[in-house]
Amino acid sequence: MTPTAGRSGREASSDAAASTQEQISVEIAELAQAYERERTADPGAGERTKPLLDYGPYRSSLLRHPTFEPQLVDPEGVELLAPVFGHREVDPLEADLTIGHAGEPVGERIVVTGRISDADGRPVRDQLVEIWQANAAGRYIHQRDQHPAPLDPNFVGVGRCLTDADGVYRFTTIKPGPYPWRNHLNAWRPAHIHFSLFGTEFTQRLVTQMYFPGDPLFPLDPIYQSIVDQKARDRLVARYDHEVSRPEWCTGYRWDVVLTGTHRTPTEPGPDRDAKASR
Amino acid sequence: MSASLVPTPGQTVGPFFGFALPYPGDADLVPRGHTGALHLAGRVLDGEGRPVPDALLELWQAGPDGVAVAEPGSLRRDGWTFTGWGRASTDNAGGYSFTTLRPGAPVGTAPFFALAVFARGLLDRLLTRVYLPGDEELLRADPLLSALPPQRRQTLVARADADGGLRFDVVLHGERETVFLAYPRTPPR
Repeated sequence: MTPTAGRSGREASSDAAASTQEQISVEIAELAQAYERERTADPGAGERTKPLLDYGPYRSSLLRHPTFEPQLVDPEGVELLAPVFGHREVDPLEADLTIGHAGEPVGERIVVTGRISDADGRPVRDQLVEIWQANAAGRYIHQRDQHPAPLDPNFVGVGRCLTDADGVYRFTTIKPGPYPWRNHLNAWRPAHIHFSLFGTEFTQRLVTQMYFPGDPLFPLDPIYQSIVDQKARDRLVARYDHEVSRPEWCTGYRWDVVLTGTHRTPTEPGPDRDAKASR
Repeated sequence: MSASLVPTPGQTVGPFFGFALPYPGDADLVPRGHTGALHLAGRVLDGEGRPVPDALLELWQAGPDGVAVAEPGSLRRDGWTFTGWGRASTDNAGGYSFTTLRPGAPVGTAPFFALAVFARGLLDRLLTRVYLPGDEELLRADPLLSALPPQRRQTLVARADADGGLRFDVVLHGERETVFLAYPRTPPR
C-alpha cells in the first residue's frame, strides 16, 4: 500500500476541511521541493508533464488514486478511433453561454478561443468540446454548491461546440469567479473553466481546467499545484489576446490545447472503418 | 514519428460536472428492451471499498459485428442509430448502468469495451478495458490479459450476472485496484 493510505480516514478523504491553508501550503512546498530534488538527481528523466495522481494536499485524492503503475499496452480496435459528433446534435448557439435567457448575465463578457491539435501538431477537426464553469460570483448551478454567492438567472455555465476544419474552438461566456471549497479551511479555487476534449483516438481523451493569467490563488491551490512542474502548469493558463477582444463588447483569451499523439499514421484511417462517415 | 509538442495536462473533473456532462439517454446506447440489449452495470469504489458517488464513466465500443462505429448522434439519440459511445454518472451508491450491445471483435481476438473513468478526487482521467467473460481461450490469448498476474487480470474481465447482464466494478485504489492503461504515446510522467 502507499504511504498515503495510513492517513486515509473518512475525515481525510472527504470534505472535512480539517487542515489550514498554512498546513496545505507547507505540504505543497514539500512536494515541490521533492520534485526539484528529483530533477537534480536525475536530469535525464525529463520534466513531469502530468498531475501527480497521489497528491496529498488534495485530500479527496487520498483513496482515489491508483497505486499501481499503468499497464503499457498497444491500442487495439476502438482504442484507435474516437466517437464522432455532428452538427445534428451540437447547435452553434451552444457555444455562446451568454444567450438563451431573458436578460444578460452579470460579469465580464469574454471570448475564449484556441486550437486543438495532437502532439504531432495535426489539428483535431470537427470534434466535440464541452465546457462548464461557475458564474461571475463563483457559484455553480449544482446542488453541492450552496455557498452564499448569488445564482444568476441569466447564466447556467454550460457550453459545447465542434472544432472547425483548423481545430479551432470558440466560446462566448462570462469570466468565472473564484469559489470556496472544503478541501481545507478557507480553501479557494482559482477561477477556471472546465474543458472536456476528444481527439481522433480514444487514447487522447482529456478533461482539464483552463485558468486565467496572474491568478493570486495559484500558489495556494492543490489541484493546480498537483502538476509539480511550472512549465506544465503554465500550459493550463490562457493568455489575454487583444486580437480576440472586440470593441465595446468583450475581452478575449486564447488557450491552445495539445492532445497526446495518435498511434496511426496520417494516411491510415483506422481498422474496419473509413475516415469519417457521413454526418 | 517523434512528438514535437508536449500534451496539455489533465485536471480532475471535479464535483460539479453533473449539470454539464450528463444528458438524457447518455447511458443508453440502445433503448432498454431493444433486441440484443445488454445491461453492463457495476460500481465505482475507492481504496476502502466505499462507493464513489461523483464519478463519470464513458464507454466506447465496436458494434456486435466487431466493426467500430462512425455515426454521430450520441448526444441526441434517435433510438435507431448505434453510435458505440455513451456516458454514465454514478449514483449515491457508486453504481452505474449502461444499456448497450455486446461488442464484437476481429476473429481470434477477445472483444472488449474501452472505458474512461473520471471522478472528483481523481486528478487525471483513467483508461481501461472491460473484457467479456466466456471464451477463456480468447482471453488467455489476449496480449494485455496474458501479460498480467492472475489477480490483476481478473479486474479487467466482467462477470456474467443471473439476468444475462454483465457486472464490472472499477476500483480506484488499493490491492483490488482495477488495471489502468497507458499507451505508447502516453507521456511517461
